[in-house]
Amino acid sequence: MLPEGNWITRAPNLRRKAILLAKVQDEGGHGLYLYSAAETLGVDRTELLSQLHTGKAKYSSIFNYPTLSWADIGAIGWLVDGAAIMNQTVLARGSYGPYSRAMVRICKEESFHNRQGYEIMMTLAQGTPEQKAMAQDALNRWWWPAVMMLGPSDDKSPNSDQLMRWKVKLESNDAIRERFIDRTVPQAEFIGLKVPDKDMKFNEKTGHYTHGEINWDEFFEVIKGNGPCNAKRLKDRVEADKKGRWVREAATAYAAKQAKEREIA
Amino acid sequence: MNIQEAKFQYLLRLGDSSLIIGHRLSEWCGHGPILEEDIALINIALDFVGNATSLLAYAGQIEGKGRDEDALAYLRDEREFRNLLITEQPNGDFASTIARQFLFDTYMFFLYEDLKNSKDETVAAIAVKSHKEITYHLRHATEWMLRLGDGTTESHERLQSGLNDLWMFTSEMFDMDEVDAMLIKEGFAPDLNKVKTAWEKRVKEVIAEATLQIPTSTFKQKGSKEGKHTEYLGFLLAEMQYVHREYPGAKW
Repeated sequence: MLPEGNWITRAPNLRRKAILLAKVQDEGGHGLYLYSAAETLGVDRTELLSQLHTGKAKYSSIFNYPTLSWADIGAIGWLVDGAAIMNQTVLARGSYGPYSRAMVRICKEESFHNRQGYEIMMTLAQGTPEQKAMAQDALNRWWWPAVMMLGPSDDKSPNSDQLMRWKVKLESNDAIRERFIDRTVPQAEFIGLKVPDKDMKFNEKTGHYTHGEINWDEFFEVIKGNGPCNAKRLKDRVEADKKGRWVREAATAYAAKQAKEREIA
Repeated sequence: MNIQEAKFQYLLRLGDSSLIIGHRLSEWCGHGPILEEDIALINIALDFVGNATSLLAYAGQIEGKGRDEDALAYLRDEREFRNLLITEQPNGDFASTIARQFLFDTYMFFLYEDLKNSKDETVAAIAVKSHKEITYHLRHATEWMLRLGDGTTESHERLQSGLNDLWMFTSEMFDMDEVDAMLIKEGFAPDLNKVKTAWEKRVKEVIAEATLQIPTSTFKQKGSKEGKHTEYLGFLLAEMQYVHREYPGAKW
């Protein structure tokens, strides 16, 4: 909610503001579905949030990049949600019911976000030279993080083996990445933008694109906490949690008083 | 002032209030006390932005100078905004936000209940749709008034302090001027005295149930009807309008 929430108050018109509000609200909802799915494994949300706040739990590397212009909101919907869908449509067929059922709902909403993001990019790409430059700059900054967010190559992915044995995960990171690139590169070309990879080529023989080398050092640094926004994102969350404590305590105290009153009645 | 100008002014008052309070609520995104509240507050913000869009679009039509909802939202200056002062007040802590929402939602609930009977079909239609949403908003705010008021000592004190600070902005909600007089006669707008009676009754009931006190301050801040705002609005508009103004004529 933080990277995109950053642009709600500055959205360039009322329609885009409404779409972005609805989108971010969906993302908050996805958080709820997945915390609920995790609860079926016996761990509650308070515990999971405390793991997040202390840095024990990981969250997607992509959210540690800053949103610097309005075009970033388009790039996130198009690229980040686009990559997420590639991953999530497969996860929706996984073996663990509570997780895969959450994924089914998530995918439906993500596919809206993806189209809305692409539409923002298309509008900018067809707009004034400044708008087109803004769109290209956003693509330049978000492309590699989006390609990386699908996870390390198969030989460097520590959790893939076990998750695939359990059939929670059905396809490898590289296979999903290939599908994402095959789908996205022509979309960029269609609106006159260029993917920032000079080695990107279409391979007639395989029918797939081959991409340039991915900077995995950057990826692992961001995972470790050394991305541009790791500290800020976590600080914002910890502060919100701290500032909200008295609210949660009040709600609990009120609920207890109500329960007692009902008992007396 | 002719009737067309009066209608334009009136629609700006309604639309601007929704736009500005929606903006304030959207500032909570990602910073709420629990995930459910993050979602609730931006959901409510979305309703307000939707309501503002309909009202400003209609205001532009009535004005007849080719200004659409975006031109009105993004290309007017502070002195041209007609939102109630309470809507532009900063969020403060969660208790201040709840106090602001409760006082304004209660007002909007009774106002729009009457607006549903407007002789203007568009206004009546917007009011019917919005009133359904406001009913939820008011329920949300009222439930938090009770939880915070009758929760812990800290929440009680914070909420009382939020109410005390905002109280001076409540009386202008019911002020009527030439615009109201003309439109009441037309059957376009309701008499705010009636709204005031209902508002006072409901606010007193909820404040009592929440174990809080009606603020004692009698000072009344006003000025929104003439576009005289508190210092907060300028910063809010600077943020809201900057992208739109930075690229004149661009399509988004």
